[in-house]
Order: sequence, then C-alpha cells, then structure tokens
Amino acid sequence: MSNAITMIEAVNLALARAMTDDPDVILLGEDIATNGGVFRATVGLLEQFGERRVIDTPLAETMIGGLAVGMSTQGLRPVAEIQFMGFIFPALDHLIAHAARMRNRTRGRLHCPLVLRAPFGGGIRAPEHHSESTETLMAHIPGLRVVIPSSPARAYGLLLAAIRCNDPVVFLEPKRIYRASKTLVEDNGQALPLDTCFTLREGGDITLICWGAVVQETLEAATRLADKGIGCEVIDVATLNPIDHDTLLASVSRTGRCVIIHEAPRHGGMGAEIAATLAEKALLSLQAPIRRVTGYDAVMPYYRNEQIYLPSVEDIMSAVEQTMEFV
Amino acid sequence: MSELVYRGEIQLTRYLADDGTPLGPLPGWAQGPDPLTGYYRQMVLARQFDTKAIALQRTGQLGTYASLLGAEAIDVVTACLMQPSDVLVPYYRNHIMQVIRGAEMHEVLLYWGGDERGNACPGMNQDLPNCVPIATQCLHASGVASAIKIRDEKRAVLTMIGDGGTSKGDFMEAINVAGAWQLPVVFLVNNNQWAISVPRSRQTCAQTLAQKALGAGIRGEQVDGNDAIALHEVISRALEQARQGKGPTLIEALSYRLSDHTTADDATRYREQSELKAAWEREPVQRLRNYLHQCGHWDESREQALLEETKTTVQSAVEQYLATPSQPVDDLFDYLYEECPPGLAEQREQARQKMAGGEHHE
Ligand SMILES: Cc1ncc(C[n+]2csc(CCOP(=O)(O)OP(=O)(O)O)c2C)c(N)n1
Ligand SMILES: [Mg+2]
Repeated sequence: MSNAITMIEAVNLALARAMTDDPDVILLGEDIATNGGVFRATVGLLEQFGERRVIDTPLAETMIGGLAVGMSTQGLRPVAEIQFMGFIFPALDHLIAHAARMRNRTRGRLHCPLVLRAPFGGGIRAPEHHSESTETLMAHIPGLRVVIPSSPARAYGLLLAAIRCNDPVVFLEPKRIYRASKTLVEDNGQALPLDTCFTLREGGDITLICWGAVVQETLEAATRLADKGIGCEVIDVATLNPIDHDTLLASVSRTGRCVIIHEAPRHGGMGAEIAATLAEKALLSLQAPIRRVTGYDAVMPYYRNEQIYLPSVEDIMSAVEQTMEFV
Repeated sequence: MSELVYRGEIQLTRYLADDGTPLGPLPGWAQGPDPLTGYYRQMVLARQFDTKAIALQRTGQLGTYASLLGAEAIDVVTACLMQPSDVLVPYYRNHIMQVIRGAEMHEVLLYWGGDERGNACPGMNQDLPNCVPIATQCLHASGVASAIKIRDEKRAVLTMIGDGGTSKGDFMEAINVAGAWQLPVVFLVNNNQWAISVPRSRQTCAQTLAQKALGAGIRGEQVDGNDAIALHEVISRALEQARQGKGPTLIEALSYRLSDHTTADDATRYREQSELKAAWEREPVQRLRNYLHQCGHWDESREQALLEETKTTVQSAVEQYLATPSQPVDDLFDYLYEECPPGLAEQREQARQKMAGGEHHE
C-alpha cells in the first residue's frame, strides 16, 4: 500500500507501524495524546493504541528525558516528543549524562533504546525560541545518534530505524518541510540504514553536502546549475552521528570540489567537522577550498528577519559558482 | 470570604531513643532476633567496608570515595526489605545496598577504583548504576516505575537521594509525575544534614523535606534514619504500597553525615566539631547494638566473632579488587554503540597502536 503523503504524515505512519510491530514501543510527550501533537505527528495514535502507550506527560522536559531513560532500561522503547527543539535543553542532561552513557557505564548490562523526537529549524514564522538548529550540540556527544530526515520516505524509514535501534537516537524533524511536498511512501515496515548518507542526485563536477530542510534549496540549486552546465552531486548526510564519512570522501575524491550547506550557525558546526575530515583525508583530490553556506553566528532572528538568516538557493548557487571558478 | 481548602501534616516515626532504649511499645516483629540481628550484621559489615575503603584511598589504592558513615541503618534496612524483582535506583553513597542486592564487594571497590565494571555487576540485575549527577536518578526511578505500571507488574522501585538533591527540579518533577500517574516508586531522602558544605537549613525554608510530597499530592513522612526498627516499619509499608498499586511515597530519613563529604573533602572547614560529636551520640550502629544487648539477642562474644568475620570478608574483597587488571584498550570504544561504527573503529585502532607503542603505561 503506498500513498502520496507529507513528511509529518510519514512520521505518523512510522510511529503507527512501529507500535503495531512491537508492543514495547510507547509514546510520551506534551499534548501528544488527545491533541495528537501540536504538529499532529501522533494524531490518531491514542485511539489506535490506548492511553497506556500514548501518554500525555506533565509539562516538564527534564522529566521527559529522565522518564525515557528509566523506561528504556526496562526494555521499553520510548519515543518521546519534545514539542520544539528550543525546549530540548532541560532534557539534554538526561541524554548526555545518562542515555548516551548507560551502555558504556554498565559495560553493556543496561542500555537505552530510546528516541527523542523534536521539530526544528526556521522558516515557519514561529514564535521566539521555536526556530533554532542546534543539532551540533547533540552530534558532539559520544554514544548519541543524531538523525535528520529530509523527505517523507526518509522520515518513514529513518524513524523506523531509530525506534528499532538499541542506542539512543535524537530524531530531528525539519518542520519547515513537514508539509512541503507529498511523495509516495510505501508502508512496508522497511527501515533505512542509520550508518549511511543518501546520494540524492549524481553529478561529476562538485559535491553538495547538506541535511535537513536546506536539502530542498540544495536540490533546487543543483537543478538550476545543471542548466548552466554544472553537474552537482547532492548528498543528504541524514545521520550526523556517527557520520558516514566514507560516502562523502568517495564523492569529493571524485569531484574534487565541495560545498557544505546547513541551516545551523557556522562556528563549530558539523560543516566544520566534515570539512576538516575531507581536508585530512582527501586534500590531494581537492581542486578548490571547501566552502560553507550556513546560518550566521547570530541568534536566530525572530520571524520577520528569518529569511536573511536562512541559506537560500541563490546563496548556494553563488557558493558553487565561486568554487567552480577557483583554479 | 476565604475558606480552608487544604491542610497537610508530616509524621515522624521513631521507636528507639538515642541509647537504644524503646520509647514505647514496639512492633511485635522487633522483639525477636530476626530480622534485627541480620540488619546489625550488615551494618557492621558496611562500616568495616567503609573504614577499609577510606584507608585504601588514603594509601593511593582507591580514587575519591564517598563514605557511608551514618547511613548504615537506612541503607541496610532498605536493601534487605527490597525484593530481587524490585529495582534500586541508587545515588553514589549506597555501596552496602548494592552488595546486599547482589553486587560483589570487590566490584563496588572497582567502581571507586575508576573502573566501569563496578557498574556492570551481573548481580545488580536491572538496578541502575551509581548516579553522580544529583537528583537525575529520581526521574529514572519514575521512568522505571512507569514501565512497571504500563506492564501491570507488581514490583516496586526505590530511589535514594540526599537532602541537597531535593532542591533540584529533577526531584520535584519526579515526585510530581509519580503522583500524577500513581507510580510504584519510593523516594527515600537520606537527610544527612549536609550537602558538602551547605547545611540543610540553607537548602530550603521548608520545615521538613518530607512536606515536599504534599505539593506533589503524594504521601510524605519522616523517619528516624538511625533507628532500624522505625526504618523497617516505614519503608516496608511504602514498598508494599508501591507493589500493591497504591502509589508513591516520599520518605525523609533523618540522619547525620558522620564523615567528610568524600575523601576529597575536609568538613572541619565548615562545621563545628561539637555538632559532629553530638551526632555520634545518636549513631545507628551503636543504637541497634544497645537494643539487641538489652533484649539478650547480642553479646560480646558474638560481637567479636562478627568483627572477625566481616574483616575477613572485606579483606578478601580488597585482595580481589587489587588483583583485577585494568580493562583492555578496546573497552573504551566497544560499549558506546551496539556495534562500533567505522569512524570509531579507526580511533580504536589508533588507541591500540598508541598503547602497543608504549607511549602510556598502566
Ligand atoms: C548536578 C550536580 N551538581 C553538583 C554536583 C557536585 N556534588 C556532588 S555531591 C554534592 C552534594 C550533595 O548533597 P546531598 O544531596 O545532601 O547528598 P549527600 O552527598 O549529602 O549524601 C554536590 C554539590 C553533582 N554531583 N551533580
Ligand atoms: Mg546531604
């Protein structure tokens, strides 16, 4: 059975599938049960699976993180929703100090198969504190997997993988593209791998590395650049930690040029990590300096000015053209 | 016009005076030798262990260690009352609880000797490992209790926390959700009057810590933490209520930290010797010994035999601990994910080579 669905519907579909397949999967979060989540990610699931498995929590994010840790040590697979990434910080203590370390601290006696989902990123004219991209904070933590889908199909397959994974996963959903497009997604229960990047478009001239909502702008830029005779390979990193450097290295070794695009601030961002690794391992293949197109090292502006902050198709095209011109 | 809509109260349970004489009628079970002599034996073992651990630290054979001195009754009685299928969510001072629940004593030493295998003990079953970030364990306890409730099991969770820890949001959030969902969990506060150098009076102006339960709508009570009989009564009731689906309890056990905070601390910098001296007059081990003597369940020859026995137990644990080699290089990398990812495997190889190259010696 396949239907054209949006990314938020794909999230919902994956949750329903995971809960059907495994009685240990339970959902918790603020407003997720009766209301179906503020973005409707969990709509209908209370009716389908009951209040024992779809749980409205008190309003406390530290608590959501801590409960998920405790539940998961008992072999449940809690999928907890943080309503917006801007409010994830109180839960980070439990992710960083406990979930990410439990297996290591107990030499494998206990582990935390939990997923913390949160919508993130700008572009929907949201209130303050609702539009940041702080994935790097989490990608820095050993033991924590950080996964970001960028299409309905990848939301479905990666979320299934995250839920089935025996390690803790932070699953960040780019809310700007929650309803950006509808594509066919087959509800076949097939997970996508968490250890690989996805090459979305092949091209021989330059590698564009991106994740999250800006995958859309990057693909658009690649289409327009093709008209100008520039062949862009577009790679969605998807899993930021542990990251699949091999796919990135193979592509850049072939094209010799690279632009990294992310919405998060530049300083100390994942783009820097990727660029450093490429420089360490593929320097002699590089024909031009690696460029980054990113958010500014500024506080995410309130929504009137958010378009200034967000990487645009034009920003990406101009970075690519400058990289191509370098000799 | 206004009307009274709520009034709360907190009870303190005590059976023995400071010198071990009964303050009034005792529960029937407390007349016989069991389980009190059993508690007493474990309390003496706890103290022997503690003395030895401090000595090991002072001679460079153990890392920073948090003494249990003064918490013997709380920890022993609680651990003995828990069922194997219950879950203990400890903080960092519950060494004897871990031993009673199945950890090997040398494994507990391994933990304080800087080795993760001290949290690995197979005998700990589903008990959570030591918890260093203050109060976070309370939420894990509520999480474990949620899992138990979701699955309709008759098991209790018990978590320990210090007086200072009750100032943290994690504690408040944990007791709140435990009430909202009527979780099978017991929050046991070891109010030893100090959080490193900060006295209980500076943590909160709440008259008791137990009354924080009232804000969460759950049962809250105080118990004399130096009184094994009172502890048994209060804790067994709370555990049983949890197992029977009757919801959570917050228990504030009044004790005194008879040691420095840890071996890295010097309590003479911030507290009066007279206060410490007075606390030794109320301490739990002597109090129970006095009571057992009065009942005729204990005497000097049994005491001597017990001291010999516990000394041997501790000594053999120490020998086993000291003879345990460090973990191999790979163990730094192999427990982070279910499977070691390629990038990490590369770093593991680098670490292997670094150690093989002899740059570092263990
Ligand atoms: C979140 C956090 N903050 C600070 C510390 C450092 N610290 C360790 S123990 C302690 C005092 C705890 O006192 P209390 O809760 O009364 O427990 P006790 O050690 O007295 O048993 C502090 C501040 C910590 N471990 N975790
Ligand atoms: Mg204290």
